[in-house]
Amino acid sequence: MAEASTKTPFWRMERVSKHYGGVIALDGVDFQCERGEIHAVLGENGAGKSTLIKIMAGVVQPTSGQMFLEGQPVTFPTPVAATDHGIVCIFQELSLMPDLSVADNICITSPPGRWGFIDHKAQKRRAEELLARVGCADVHPGELVKNLPLSRRQMVEIAKALGREPKLLILDEATSALTSADVEEVYKILARLREQNLSILYISHRMHEIEQLADNCSVFRNGRHVETFDKGTRTDDEIVQLMIGREYSQVYPPKPKHAVAPQPRLEVKNLSWEDSLHDVSLTVGKGEIVGIGGLDGQGQRELLLALFGVLRGTSGSIAIDGQPASIGSPGTAKSAKYRIALIPEDRKSEGLMLPMSVRDNISMASISSLTKGLVVDRAAEDQKIDEMVRKLSIKVGDLNDAVATLSGGNQQKVVIAKWLMTDANTILLNDPTRGIDVGTKQEIYQLLRDLADAGAAILYYTTDYDELIGCCDRVYILYDGRIIRELDGDDITEHNIVASSLNLPLEQREERAGQ
Amino acid sequence: MGMLRAVDKSVIIAWGFVVLLLATASIVLQTGSFFSSQYLLQQLQIATFLGIVASGAMVVILLGHIDLSIPWIVTVGGMMSTAAAGWWDPALAVPFGLLAGLAFGVLNGVGVAFLRIPSMIFTLGVNTVAQGLMVLHTGGFAPQDHATDLMHFLAVGRTVGNIPNAVFVWVLVGLLIVFMLRYTPLGRYIYAIGNKEGATYLSGVDTRLVIIGCFAISGVCSALAGIMLAGHTTKAYQAMGDPFLLPAIAAVVLGGTNILGGRGTYAGTIAGVILITILQSILAVMQMPEAGRQVIFGVVIVVMLLVYGRGQRVQG
Amino acid sequence: MKDTRLWLAQNYGPLLAFIVFALMFYTFIARHPVGLTVPVATTAANKAVLLALIGMAQTVPVLTGGLDLSVGFMVVMTNTVASVIVVGSPLQTALGVIGVLAVGMTAGFINGAIVVYGRLQPIITTLATGAVYFGIALFIRPIPGGTVNYDFADFMTFTVFETIPTTLVLLLIVVVFIWIPFRRSTLGRGCYAAGSAEGAAYLSGVNIDRSKLAAYTMSGLLCAIAGLVLTFITGSGEASGPQGATFTLASIAAVVIGGTSLYGGTGTAIGSIFGAFILRTIDDLLFVFDLPPLWQPLFQGVVLLTAVSLGAFAVIRIRNRLDLFQ
Repeated sequence: MAEASTKTPFWRMERVSKHYGGVIALDGVDFQCERGEIHAVLGENGAGKSTLIKIMAGVVQPTSGQMFLEGQPVTFPTPVAATDHGIVCIFQELSLMPDLSVADNICITSPPGRWGFIDHKAQKRRAEELLARVGCADVHPGELVKNLPLSRRQMVEIAKALGREPKLLILDEATSALTSADVEEVYKILARLREQNLSILYISHRMHEIEQLADNCSVFRNGRHVETFDKGTRTDDEIVQLMIGREYSQVYPPKPKHAVAPQPRLEVKNLSWEDSLHDVSLTVGKGEIVGIGGLDGQGQRELLLALFGVLRGTSGSIAIDGQPASIGSPGTAKSAKYRIALIPEDRKSEGLMLPMSVRDNISMASISSLTKGLVVDRAAEDQKIDEMVRKLSIKVGDLNDAVATLSGGNQQKVVIAKWLMTDANTILLNDPTRGIDVGTKQEIYQLLRDLADAGAAILYYTTDYDELIGCCDRVYILYDGRIIRELDGDDITEHNIVASSLNLPLEQREERAGQ
Repeated sequence: MGMLRAVDKSVIIAWGFVVLLLATASIVLQTGSFFSSQYLLQQLQIATFLGIVASGAMVVILLGHIDLSIPWIVTVGGMMSTAAAGWWDPALAVPFGLLAGLAFGVLNGVGVAFLRIPSMIFTLGVNTVAQGLMVLHTGGFAPQDHATDLMHFLAVGRTVGNIPNAVFVWVLVGLLIVFMLRYTPLGRYIYAIGNKEGATYLSGVDTRLVIIGCFAISGVCSALAGIMLAGHTTKAYQAMGDPFLLPAIAAVVLGGTNILGGRGTYAGTIAGVILITILQSILAVMQMPEAGRQVIFGVVIVVMLLVYGRGQRVQG
Repeated sequence: MKDTRLWLAQNYGPLLAFIVFALMFYTFIARHPVGLTVPVATTAANKAVLLALIGMAQTVPVLTGGLDLSVGFMVVMTNTVASVIVVGSPLQTALGVIGVLAVGMTAGFINGAIVVYGRLQPIITTLATGAVYFGIALFIRPIPGGTVNYDFADFMTFTVFETIPTTLVLLLIVVVFIWIPFRRSTLGRGCYAAGSAEGAAYLSGVNIDRSKLAAYTMSGLLCAIAGLVLTFITGSGEASGPQGATFTLASIAAVVIGGTSLYGGTGTAIGSIFGAFILRTIDDLLFVFDLPPLWQPLFQGVVLLTAVSLGAFAVIRIRNRLDLFQ
């Protein structure tokens, strides 16, 4: 320990705070990291991780506190200033420009050339070299970024970061959009960079990634730095407890035992769409929570959109309560005939009108049924909204406040409230707990179970295996646009889900099939 | 609440500016006549044309779109109403003029909502088509261009005391727009589309119909202004709508409506219309040459927007 | 091979505009009573180059995700300025030309400064500054008039080597010495970056402010060149409001027909040149096909509307309706 205190740390922050108006995002944080190590940063959403990164990358400025690079005090008024000091961040939201070519993007900060003119040949060479370094030699540097699939874009993002010759590389959920082969490639790159004496800050929610990669971990909670420890000195349970600051138990409400198979509400047969869905057949019964699993981007999003009438040119058949249904638009889907709701993937762009009031957002989907003649019945509207706010315990000061002022969890509750107001009894959810604090997650699990118990049919896509296990009565795993497995009851285990997601055979299942 | 306050602030500033303008002009020209009811009523009457046009323009701007076909739809309104009086019956003049405006508005809406062509360019094309039709109409058919008695009555007649009928027409239009924006689902949808059309669609709203409806409203408002203008000047003539496009957009924006859609109140639009009308009137009274009027007009818009309309700095 | 394919795919819009223009121009010449003679080509080129320059001027702000509604009035203003100062001895004339260019750049720079530092929306900013520039034009030329160095104007509006219209050469010079260097500079790429994803560009350390300032200044410079061409063609200055408005509207049409997205980030000024040529050739075609003059404005409108509606074919192919709203 004495050794550590005499050595000057590579990067050090002292009592750094960040206030947004009255909200304290970061509260007197001391934090340091060294060269040649991969340092994982853990914490719930809202714990202050992203503020920490933004300060380090020069995107926002700290309200107070000091930062030192190799012992020298530094300030980063702009992202460029941070980059100039060798601090490079790969952001969760891609920082690529879709209309520009891959080479343009990779070399955007400091293109080769002179007098303000770009040497395009040198730029192309540089891009090719960097792409090869991240194992993406197949990406043509002249291709526009918007024509690349998401996983390739993420790799371009990483190549771009490497091109800026970082001394400290920050990865914010950088692997969430990658295929497993890419993830392996990224691990290799990171290991190599560590050998080259880089300092790497790695933010991820995937515990196994952290176990595999990190040398040490720092946990943040409520804007404070809780603890830094070496890998292997804490168990998963202990880490989770550090993150949430309370006992980690009984997260999911108990699943009821269905004595008889529930009556089907939603029946889908041979649903196909473009290259994304192939002959998908599934059933969701009344009172059932049915999960959809699989790796990201296997057609789950498209499946939900197809059921909600968003996609054109689908084939196959959908039946609601045994009656064939033809759903051509979300308007039809939510009508009294079908009563379907969709909690979309991205609440900020698909679920909410952020500058509009909480009230307007909650009643947006049901306002046409709350009218007398031409006029909105404000009394009825207010009454139903109040009911929803209480039922979901949405924390809101004034219903006329812009929904943008709410926390992520409360925003998601507003989206759910909007759809509960329509009296939907078939509820489709697309990853509703992403970016939400644990407390709100638990409330949502309980709410879904309550809705199911009241007779709703729930189709629940989540990227979190844990939720599939804890929440769902049955689970369909999608792979390449097909349902490759249905898991039921006790078969819903992490091992089975992961194996199915990778299209690997299941041990028990094969035994049974062999009978 | 923050949003509401921002809007209210711009309404107050706009009204404040109106008073400031009148006071400054009174002091400079050493006259109290700018605050006389006669002068103000006269300005109000002149403002009605712009006010009606701006009502439609505002509805479209709230969607996050823009209607550049206003000039020639105004002309269509004037010309089709007078022509209908000549072809069939004076009683059909006003309805036919409005109908023609509605048709062009719907055409705009279909292009924007179904063909998904940026409104900036599609309405420009519709404007050119309307212009072409009107040129052909006047040159080819020598139609009647005289306003009917009803049009004259609506534009310059006075029934209640000293107040011009035109003011009541504007009040009626304004009440309908406020009613729509504040009390009907359509109003909510308009603001919602201006904020995020995708999210509105996913809320089960047929956004295409809303867009068509808004462009139709804009078309009808423009045509109505054209009908009134023809009544005011006693005849319809080519390019009669040209002076309205830029002041209408400026009035809406000065009234605090976000040019990118989703935010704005009708009270602000009224303030913007009055502000622009008074500004133009005072410059005319001061015998400012056209050159100076244009410069001051432009500078006032920029300065006022710099006072309260500044956007957020881009960050991440 | 892959390079060529990518180039074709990425320049599909301008290429299409070029092909459409070529077909239209061929039809025009085939129908023309005298065919392609030097005077016919020169007359066609002079008007087309004027519009092409204004289209280019509009392209640059559009690429940044903005718009410049003042282009027409900047052209009108520089036209009136030129009718005062581009006169006299060759040296005076040269100084006059430089003066006009400086006026245009200043006007453009003011637009850019208000957009960048005032953080106002480009549409409304340039709407207002357009009125100011028109007012200045009116101040300079309350009634049409003025002159221009006639020898120079003659040279500029006729031909070089008695074959190639001088204005075409001028356009080529503008493309090679102004547009292409700009496109290949960090400033130019900053414009594309800002128009494509402003937040991402900021995070990537692109100097967005400088790029936008450059874009609007460039727009003013190109307008000044167009203003000079207009002065050479008409030989005088006129502060015409309708003409200013027509120029602005035509510039937007030229940009769209030339394959540039009004949402920014993608397109090129070369496309706008052909977009402008197409707009001009429509008029010429109406002339050679003896369409009654009364029908011409309607026909122009229908062609414009049809041309921009062609983009709707892409909409029909969209299978995920959410993509319609982006």
